[in-house]
Amino acid sequence: MIEHRPLANLIAHIVLWIGIAIVAFPVYLTFVASTHEPTIISNGQMPLTPGSHFLENYERTIFIGPSSTTRTPVGRMMFNSLVMAVAIAVGKIAISIISAYAVVYFRFPLRKTIFWLIFMTLMLPVEVRIYSTYKVVADLGMLNSFAGLTIPLIASATATLLFRQFFLTVPDELVEAAKIDGAGPLRFFWDTIVPLSRTNMAALFVILFIYGWNQYLWPLLITTSGDMQTIVIGIKKMIVTSDALTEWQIAMATTMLAMLPPVAVVVFMQRWFIKGLVETEK
Amino acid sequence: MEKRAIYNNRVLPYLLLTPQLLVTLIFFYWPALQVVHQSFLLEDAFGLQSSYVWFENFQRLFADPDYGRAFGVTVIFSTVVAFLSLAIALLLAVMADRQIRGANAYKTLLMWPYAVAPAVAGVLWLFMFQPSLGVVAQSVKRMGLDWNPLLNGTHAMTLVVLAGTWKQISYNFLFFLAGLQAIPRSVIEAAAIDGASATRRFWTIIFPLLSPTTFFLLVVNIVYVFFDTFGIIDAVTGGGPARATTTLVYKVYDDGRLGGDLGGSAAQSAILMFIVVALTAVQFKYVERRVHY
Amino acid sequence: MISRRILLSTVAGLLFAAGSAAQAQQPIEIQWWHAMTGANNDVVVKLAEDFNKTQSQYKVVATYKGSYPDTMNAGIAAFRAGNAPHIMQVFEVGTATMMAAKGAVMPVYQMMKDAGEKFDPNAYLPTVTGYYSTTKGEMLSMPFNSSTAIMWYNKDAFKKAGLDPAKPPKTWPEVFDYAKKLKASGYNACGFSVAWTTWLLLEQFSAWHDLPLASKANGMDGFDTVLQFNSPLHVKLINELIQLQKDKTYDYSGRTNTGEGRYTSGECPIFMTSSAFYGNVKANAKFDFGMAPLPYFSDAKGAPQNSIIGGASLWVMGGKKLEEYKGVAKFFTFLSDTDRQVWLHKESGYLPITKAAYEKTKASGFYEQNPGREVPLIQMAGKAPTENSRGLRLGNMVQLRDIWSEELESAFAGKKSAKEALDTAVERGNATLRQFERTVVR
Repeated sequence: MIEHRPLANLIAHIVLWIGIAIVAFPVYLTFVASTHEPTIISNGQMPLTPGSHFLENYERTIFIGPSSTTRTPVGRMMFNSLVMAVAIAVGKIAISIISAYAVVYFRFPLRKTIFWLIFMTLMLPVEVRIYSTYKVVADLGMLNSFAGLTIPLIASATATLLFRQFFLTVPDELVEAAKIDGAGPLRFFWDTIVPLSRTNMAALFVILFIYGWNQYLWPLLITTSGDMQTIVIGIKKMIVTSDALTEWQIAMATTMLAMLPPVAVVVFMQRWFIKGLVETEK
Repeated sequence: MEKRAIYNNRVLPYLLLTPQLLVTLIFFYWPALQVVHQSFLLEDAFGLQSSYVWFENFQRLFADPDYGRAFGVTVIFSTVVAFLSLAIALLLAVMADRQIRGANAYKTLLMWPYAVAPAVAGVLWLFMFQPSLGVVAQSVKRMGLDWNPLLNGTHAMTLVVLAGTWKQISYNFLFFLAGLQAIPRSVIEAAAIDGASATRRFWTIIFPLLSPTTFFLLVVNIVYVFFDTFGIIDAVTGGGPARATTTLVYKVYDDGRLGGDLGGSAAQSAILMFIVVALTAVQFKYVERRVHY
Repeated sequence: MISRRILLSTVAGLLFAAGSAAQAQQPIEIQWWHAMTGANNDVVVKLAEDFNKTQSQYKVVATYKGSYPDTMNAGIAAFRAGNAPHIMQVFEVGTATMMAAKGAVMPVYQMMKDAGEKFDPNAYLPTVTGYYSTTKGEMLSMPFNSSTAIMWYNKDAFKKAGLDPAKPPKTWPEVFDYAKKLKASGYNACGFSVAWTTWLLLEQFSAWHDLPLASKANGMDGFDTVLQFNSPLHVKLINELIQLQKDKTYDYSGRTNTGEGRYTSGECPIFMTSSAFYGNVKANAKFDFGMAPLPYFSDAKGAPQNSIIGGASLWVMGGKKLEEYKGVAKFFTFLSDTDRQVWLHKESGYLPITKAAYEKTKASGFYEQNPGREVPLIQMAGKAPTENSRGLRLGNMVQLRDIWSEELESAFAGKKSAKEALDTAVERGNATLRQFERTVVR
């Protein structure tokens, strides 16, 4: 604790509440929409307070299913999303941390070239070249597979950049000390770099997990079999864009449920942030 | 920015870089080259007939007044969204980093809206701001403003800026918070003992220490406003009214839709790649020099 | 450790792919990519399942591929990667692109002949299949979900404004007049409005008044077509709307159908949109609703002619094995079955595609019990279609509609006059058409 300033703390509370109000408002609306009957929502007459159909809507969503003939169960879709999100998050963190380590802690021929090769990709996400990437995946026979679903999304340098930025702030004395102790580069990586990167890894994991969880266009393109469907595609199927009736309350209830795993990840990963804090205070 | 203390090893760095390089070459450079190739072609949607027209696609583009407009829209949109989302997120992160009661609850509440899928977020924004049906639009109208993003370009732009900023706050917040928590308390306490005021402490000590994170976020946010916002624009305004919210990336998508103008669309992609590569180079060469480590 | 993890997920992925390939061995699998959501998604799933139950030789696998543009994009990308589905659902604006892709698609009439499947093109409703046929009457794709534009009105609002709910407005001047009265009676925000703005105000308007939207029978006779929707009558309509937009007697509702809720919520008492809006209206409108034919200008010769369809059709992709085409042909015969068409028509609110299905529905007394459901059919089949009302075949139609919308938006925002806006829309649209022509005709 640095100091106690009741007024400053009060301001902090107020600012945070305003921030939450702005940021969480759409989520709140989703929740409100999931507790009303569909007519009110379709007609744009939804009030700002929750309605009385909470139990009914969620019961139908969880136990009966979004519609009478929905074939892919919600559980299966959640599972696919989970596999995809974890694979993307873990894969990206893994390849990024080692390549950032190589770029920062080694001198070797072609280093500059490789550095630029990797960081040029920073700013061009998959959407801009989605159809040519699709062709590559098809040529490699990776359609309808988790590999095709995840590996192309790993090909971006954002995580590598984050780790590089972080490694540059790690004091040089640590390496020198490790060298004196006779620790080689791999030992130093495992014993010092990985534990130090924990806060960053946790932050990245949250971001990448959610990024993977929320993918829509890519899985839609890559998969054709029903058992590979993700929850976001499932939700989009419920939101009708033309002609038929949208059962908003069910779509929104499913949206709320689909948010639970990412929220669980956020809450769980927070412990790591806090841990990072406690350790630096030691 | 270079490390002084380094390892020397002939094989290991290459081994460590192999996975990333492989993935990047196969799934990034190869498709990107194909896009450049496409930009020199005139081709139908299914790729049944194609012929080289070389720079014609580019010439056509530069003769198109809409392309210049899209440039302007992109600059305004990117600057405003990047600035707003970074500033708001930093403010919130600094507040949440204070050791106040309920800090953890605040953090959680600020982070999890990020979990809403963009595909669904678009629908929510329509829900809120559709001129006649939207919950928020109705309140705005009641306050006497003739809110009509369907016909008024400024309203439409405001709407996509709000949506774009909203989506990025949680992301920036998360990294600012991680960055703040990595700053050793002892440094801040030392400054407090020296009698520096909270504001002064922030600008002279915390903000410089945070600059690697800020640099990272600046890069990521520019990428974000350039590319990821296209989903929002598509869902909320469709680039309209009368192109008031058509950014460069939205135009790439729109022109290439259903194989409409593949060559023109690819030419725009190629130009975008060039701009972005130049931007990246500038950022690494100049902006980064001013960042403190 | 790390690369092992990636390796594992790769292997797992490959095994998974191999597993699903092995399953497909017995019946011949037929991939059907579609864009249907909500209850219509259920209909698609049920059709595939029912078909699979009737025989064991073929298995239709229906896959949702996103919105109409998403589905078409996915199909195009898949074709370019050598991986196209057998059947692809394509919305009506993609028709020209599909038709121009000789070699990428297999015309339905051709496939039926090759597969030796019995097929009588005269069994189908000409106003529906005409949109998807050559000028010689050869059917290129199989209509699946078709609708047309009609006028929806609020009978309760009519009563409130002292208008006769049994007599909806017939002509545009009457619509304007009614809308003013409705507005005066309390509908301040919107007297009347339309969804799918360019479809209603340009495409349907042209067909309904027997005016060309474009030369060469709206592009059906060739890709060297030129847009012509800047005629005095078109200008007259847009000009009236610009005036009425000022006080919201008419109020613009966007390019697509996101504004349809304005009708069901009771905000707009007169609303023109697709006939497939029926399910929504029935479920959500808390008032007595009515359906009526589109309005027309009585000084126009030949008006009202007939309206054109919207919706989507099923295209068969090229380059597949004859065995597979036989399965597709069987499935199309299954879809055209009279009872199935009657069921589809009643269930989904889309139009029947065969004459027999229409007759049977009529005979069952369905239209007496559900007044209004026949309006779209009468409106479409009332007169034999002319070259201006058979359909549209314009390349890059998605981009064209965007251009037209932009110009109309400028006009409604008061930035351009009706004449200026339509002239520019024609001029810019023609440039887009020439670009399309260059890519396909060589």
